[in-house]
Formats: sequence, structure tokens, C-alpha cells
Amino acid sequence: MSEITKQSLSELVKNIKDKNLSSEEVTKAFIDRSEKSKELNAYITENYSSALENAKKFDQKPNLELKLPGIPMAVKDLFCTKDIRTTAGSKILGNFVPTYESTVTQNLWDEGAILIGKLNCDEFAMGSSNETSFFGNVQNPIDKNLVPGGSSGGSASAVAGQLTPVTIGTDTGGSIRQPASFTGTVGLKPTYGSCSRYGIVAFASSLDQAGPMAQNVKDCALLQEVISTYDPKDSTSIEFKRNEYSKELTNNIKGKKIGIPKEYRVEGMPKEIEDLWQKGIEFAKDCGAQIVDITLPHTSYALPTYYIVAPAEASSNLARYDGVKYGFRAKGENLTDMYEKTRSEGFGDEVQRRIMIGTYVLSSGYYDAYYLKAQKIRKLIKNDFDEAYKKVDAILTPSTPSSAFKIGEKKDDPVSMYLNDIFTVPVNLAGLPGISIPAGHDTNGYPLGLQIIGKAFDEQSILNIAYAMEEKIKFKNKITDWWIK
Amino acid sequence: MSIDLKTIKHISKLSRISVDEQKADKLADDLNSIFKFIEKLNELKTDNVEPLTSVAETNLKLRTDEVKSKDIRDQIIKNSPQDNEDYFVVPKVIE
Repeated sequence: MSEITKQSLSELVKNIKDKNLSSEEVTKAFIDRSEKSKELNAYITENYSSALENAKKFDQKPNLELKLPGIPMAVKDLFCTKDIRTTAGSKILGNFVPTYESTVTQNLWDEGAILIGKLNCDEFAMGSSNETSFFGNVQNPIDKNLVPGGSSGGSASAVAGQLTPVTIGTDTGGSIRQPASFTGTVGLKPTYGSCSRYGIVAFASSLDQAGPMAQNVKDCALLQEVISTYDPKDSTSIEFKRNEYSKELTNNIKGKKIGIPKEYRVEGMPKEIEDLWQKGIEFAKDCGAQIVDITLPHTSYALPTYYIVAPAEASSNLARYDGVKYGFRAKGENLTDMYEKTRSEGFGDEVQRRIMIGTYVLSSGYYDAYYLKAQKIRKLIKNDFDEAYKKVDAILTPSTPSSAFKIGEKKDDPVSMYLNDIFTVPVNLAGLPGISIPAGHDTNGYPLGLQIIGKAFDEQSILNIAYAMEEKIKFKNKITDWWIK
Repeated sequence: MSIDLKTIKHISKLSRISVDEQKADKLADDLNSIFKFIEKLNELKTDNVEPLTSVAETNLKLRTDEVKSKDIRDQIIKNSPQDNEDYFVVPKVIE
């Protein structure tokens, strides 16, 4: 048996079920490695001692029928966890201890998983490099001073660095898929309405979705099957037939039609991304898929549309942080002064920027020109996908327009940072599922990802395609444990 | 179109975020570059397009209006920034 932290989720589940390993052994191994990995700054809050207690409790009366029996797991610090601090990477929630549990995390614990900690992320999930977190940068295990992507940067770093066997993140414009791509891991953004948003700190409510991040496609499928449930507590949760994704996973994708959208060949795209995409097309063909050229004519409008819709919703959602009911409060001379100082001192620069954009596009006289216009173009973007799916079962694109960049490289240029999400944002606007799988390396040896986009509620097809391609690609992450002394 | 300092002051007031002069300058620069990027949307004619407000094409479900969380006052007060047993305390509002 290989070293515990090197095992995949599926291997760990099997070893616990076969009684080769106890939950305590597994939990201890991931805690030990997390302790040695402080330099990555992947955690905001550790839950080690109570995790060990829970593991011991599990071992005393193990329920081996569960899907995640005694499996330790750290999750993005955007999910409310009862009695455990939840910060969303923000100073304004720095001392917030929820009195309730998010549905998605509750689903994990109900299947036997054990929380080992809360993972770093961009403040309120707004960012593509984890540099907006109040709790500091996260290092990418691939190389020192490289961003892990964002906003689920701590999550991606923790999975790639094997601090947790799997994790869950959230994805509003690419926040699962882009960091997965930057760290050589697998990340799935499910269909809007698949996973409950109850108890997730809200960013942009019409776009936010929780999803799994893992070392491989099978683990991702297993986790998706646990977290995706209909939830009356989320009014946009949708009732549909949810598969047992991991059981129904197959590498037989013969005859599946995979679309290649020409508009994703963007100006200035590095040759290595173009080459990776070509390689992906060849792998898909090798798997028996049929390649079809398609067009998504409004692709180039997706990012500007997103930067109206998301900030607008954020400015409204974040109005609740006023220093009155919970969170940080600054001293003020009067009520308004208290509000203004609380929000000015409590929110970081990027969050303030987005609240300002959102407030502006929703303000009197500008609503029609910006917000309504963006909603109309969002419709055109969704129509593009609806048209394409008359001809194909899934769509293959690169996940990101580049590999991971250096910490600080894009921090002072918001627009160049936003361009990171050019291939992922359209998927959120249309509410579709998308998965990023590692598919190659650039000249520095940094991982590059391919994205497979599916029809709404058809997570199974993209998981199958990803599973089949993963077998052909045989990706190996180049991680040297440089951060462990 | 360009966003001037007066507009920044106005948005900052609407969003209840205090902004000093230095920060206002930086915000104006940032917002101008972001809006320049957003202007691209004006290339498209959208007069006859229905706006998309939600991708979930189902109607919101009705449910019975019943109390499910009872006696949770202490839980609600628990995270309040200023301790008080019964109320949220704010700076004096009425002189």
C-alpha cells in the first residue's frame, strides 16, 4: 500500500472499507502533512483536534456503508460550518462563527466525511489568483511564488499538495476550473441548481455553484454524487434525476459528438494552449468521439457581460455587511459613519471595486444601459449554447488562456486579471456544467487544463468524456514537495 | 464615457463605503479601464432580445408558510459585534 496521503479518494475509501486503514490513521496522515505545509498558506482555519476526535469516534462504530467513511476533508472557507469560523477570506467576517451548516457540507458529513479545516480563497470568491484574501497569498505546490489560481486557490493548492484527498470549492466565473487547471487537478462546476447554495457565502446568486475538486475524474464523480441534492432551502435548487455519477462512470464515449468552438481561438493565445487544444482533440478522437466544428458567436461578449452581472449581484448581496448583526464593526460618529467605515475597513480593494461597479450599473439612469443590456446579451450567449447542443453532446475548449502566473504579476491590473476567466465565464452565464482536467505542461513544466462543457444536468456525459480522456492523457503532476523542510 | 471623481463620490455614498481622495483617484482609474472593457457590449443591438434573469427555467415553488426555526434568538445575537443580551446595538440614531 502506498503512502496514505498519496492515495486517491477512491483508494482511501476502499482501504477503510477493507479495514486496511482506520479513519484515525488517514486523518492523522493528512493533518501531519498539512502541519508540514504551512508555507502553502492553504488553510485559514484548522480543525485538527476535533477532526481526530471525530475519526476516533468513527472507528469505534464504523459505518462502512457510507460513501465517504471516515474520510478527512478540508473545504473552501466559503461554506458555513456550524460552530467553526467561516470567513470567506474577508476581514469583515474574520470572527464569524455560523450557527448553521451549509447543505453541501452537511451532505459530506452525512456520508461520513470529517472536516479537517477551512481553506483559503479570494475574498468573497472575487479573484483569480487567491491574492485578494485577507489571510494572505496561497502558494501553488507546483512552484514557489506561483499563484494557485482562484478563487478556490486554497482548495486547489490543498488537493495538489495532498493536504486533503479531495475538496469542494465554488465557481461563479471559473473559480473551480481555473485553479484546477493551474494546479494539475480536476475540478467540476455543476449545472446551476444542481448543488444547493444554502449556507454558502453569496457572491453572485444567479451564477454561484459549489462543486468538487480532486486528483482524478472518478473521485470528482463520487464527490459530486454526494454533494448534489435537491434542497428546498435554496429556491433555485432544481429537482432532476441525479445519477450515481461514480457508479455510472464509463470510458466508453464512442460516437459522442464533441464540438470545437472556433471563437475560443482568441487573439494572442499562446501557442502552447493552441497545441494543447489540438492534442485534446486527437485524444478525444482516439477515444472514439466524433469531432464537430461549431460556432458560439457571442463568446467575446461573455466577459464584459459577466463584469456587469456579477458585480451587480455582488453589490446587492454584500449590502448585508453593515457591522450591525455580525462580523467586523468599525467605530463611527453616527450610524451612517459607522456603516461607511465598517465597509471601507472591512472589505479589501477588489471587493470594494466590484461593489462600486455593481452599484453604478444598478444606479438610477444607468440600469438599462448596463444591467438590462447585460441580461439581454446573457440570453444571446445562452442561445448560442442551445443552438450548439442541437448538434453536439459536449464542447471541448482550453480551461484557461495561460498557465499559472507569478504572485504579484497581474495584481495591479484588474482587466488583465479578469481575462483569465475568458473560457470559463460563458459556462456560468449559461448555467451549464463544465469540468477542467489536467492535459499537459507548458515549457516551465506548469500544468495546463482542458475544459469539457456539457448540456444542462448532463454531468454524467462530461464526467465520462473526462474519464476516457484522462486514461489516454496519462497526466502526471510534477510536484517536488519544495515547501516541506 | 469616463467616470470622474464626482461620480466616484456618488457611488461611494450609495454603496456606503467611505473613500478618501487618494483611493478615489485609484478607483476612478480602475473603473474607467473596466468600463472601457465593458463598452464592447454596445456593439450589439439587443432591442428585441428578452433579458435572461435566471438560467433555472422553472417557476419558484410555493411552500406552506410555517415556522421551522424556533427560539433561535441567542443564535442570531451570538455573532453581533457589540454585546447585548436582547438587541443589536448601533450608534445613537435619534438626538
